[in-house]
Amino acid sequence: MKNDFTHLQAAHCENGVTTNLLRMAGIEKITEPLAFGIGSGLFYIYIPFLKVNNAPAIAFRNMPGHIFKRTANLLDVSIYRKKFSSKEEAQKALEERLAAGQPVGCQVGVFYLTYFPKEYRFHFNAHNLIVFGKEGDDYLISDPIMESVTKLSSYELERVRFAKGAMAPKGQLYYPKERREVSDDMIKLAIKKGIKRNIRDMLHIPGSFVGVSGIIYTAKKIRKWRDQLGLEKAGLYLAQLVRMQEEIGTGGGGFRYIYGAFLQEAHAFHPYDELMNISKSFTRAGDMWRNAAVQAAGIYRGRLTSQQEFNIMSDYLIEIAAVEKEAFRALAKINWHS
Amino acid sequence: MKKEQIPQDPGALDKLTKEVCYAVDESGKYVTALSSGWEVKAAALGVAWEDIEKRISTAKEKAMRKEASPIVFFMELRLMDIGILSSYTGFWKWTIKRHLNYKVFEKLSPEKLRKYAEAFNVSVEELKTMNVHEE
Repeated sequence: MKNDFTHLQAAHCENGVTTNLLRMAGIEKITEPLAFGIGSGLFYIYIPFLKVNNAPAIAFRNMPGHIFKRTANLLDVSIYRKKFSSKEEAQKALEERLAAGQPVGCQVGVFYLTYFPKEYRFHFNAHNLIVFGKEGDDYLISDPIMESVTKLSSYELERVRFAKGAMAPKGQLYYPKERREVSDDMIKLAIKKGIKRNIRDMLHIPGSFVGVSGIIYTAKKIRKWRDQLGLEKAGLYLAQLVRMQEEIGTGGGGFRYIYGAFLQEAHAFHPYDELMNISKSFTRAGDMWRNAAVQAAGIYRGRLTSQQEFNIMSDYLIEIAAVEKEAFRALAKINWHS
Repeated sequence: MKKEQIPQDPGALDKLTKEVCYAVDESGKYVTALSSGWEVKAAALGVAWEDIEKRISTAKEKAMRKEASPIVFFMELRLMDIGILSSYTGFWKWTIKRHLNYKVFEKLSPEKLRKYAEAFNVSVEELKTMNVHEE
């Protein structure tokens, strides 16, 4: 059982799965940046009181599952998505789809993901991959972060589909229900709506932990970490910030650069000069996140130890918040003619 | 980030795959290119693992001194918190908290020990002795 399938490597797993599944559903113009932008993927949240691996919970992109859902939704593609309580049912459902020639998106946990290096195997349950066929007992896997396709035995796949803990995948499957023609006008509209929703998410969600205000909130916390936590723990917290920012395959300020790429691609559909200029602001934001990461590394490697260095780190984030706020405000000012 | 600045440092993923990165070319246009890793990111991961190793050895010492049950050690070894362990074993969180006490652990039924051993992917014998040989 092997379906006609072209593997696609992407910077981020959910972008990659979304892009590839939508392409196979006939939407050939979709790219990773378009999927990320239409799905309003750019985000920031510092979740207070919650700890992940003994350090604060921070995310640089929206909720797992949202990019696929939002992008499909705005392109008017209806999707199938199902969780399972029974492992047998979950496997049966997968096999039926594969037999019908349908590659299937799966949410999995990485703790038991055998082809991942041990260093990356935490209890993180929102990884995404595509299963596109079966040979003997092995499922054929297209994992977007990988350069080429790989395999998992039926036992290995079951284990990752039924990983436990926060955001447990519960065997979740998803794919577009039907092939569909999507016109340029529809993509155009979807881009506009995706940008507007992203403006809302970054600027207008109330509370101080989310969006641009969440970055400022984090900056203020960092200033106090050295006294409150001591150098070692403060370093661990900063390392967590960098790890979340540099999530596998987003290579350096990652999501900000993908958004910059999205705005350039959006320009092909909406030829406003502003989009190209605002893209530069996101490139700048990405560069600043990278500089901040270098500063953080100085601290967690034990090279930088004074309060002054924590203040510099904090100031980086304040500046980033200002740049991102300005960029989204500029996007909000665009006068969309269509 | 310019395309030439994409880091090509050794990283935990470099034996498995290179990662896609977005960066701008000479004309300012976004393109993708592959990166083998970035030392800043590798160091962050290193810090996280140093902390884990430290937690594992502290937990092991505590359990050896019978100040805590081996479950505390295995939770650190398997990077689990009580919530994760609760969903793997089906025990309530407060039940698990009781089992972290060495005296309570000693009296656990074989069935309960089996559940813990399964969650930690070890044998019941290994669970009790904390002698695990892997990798």
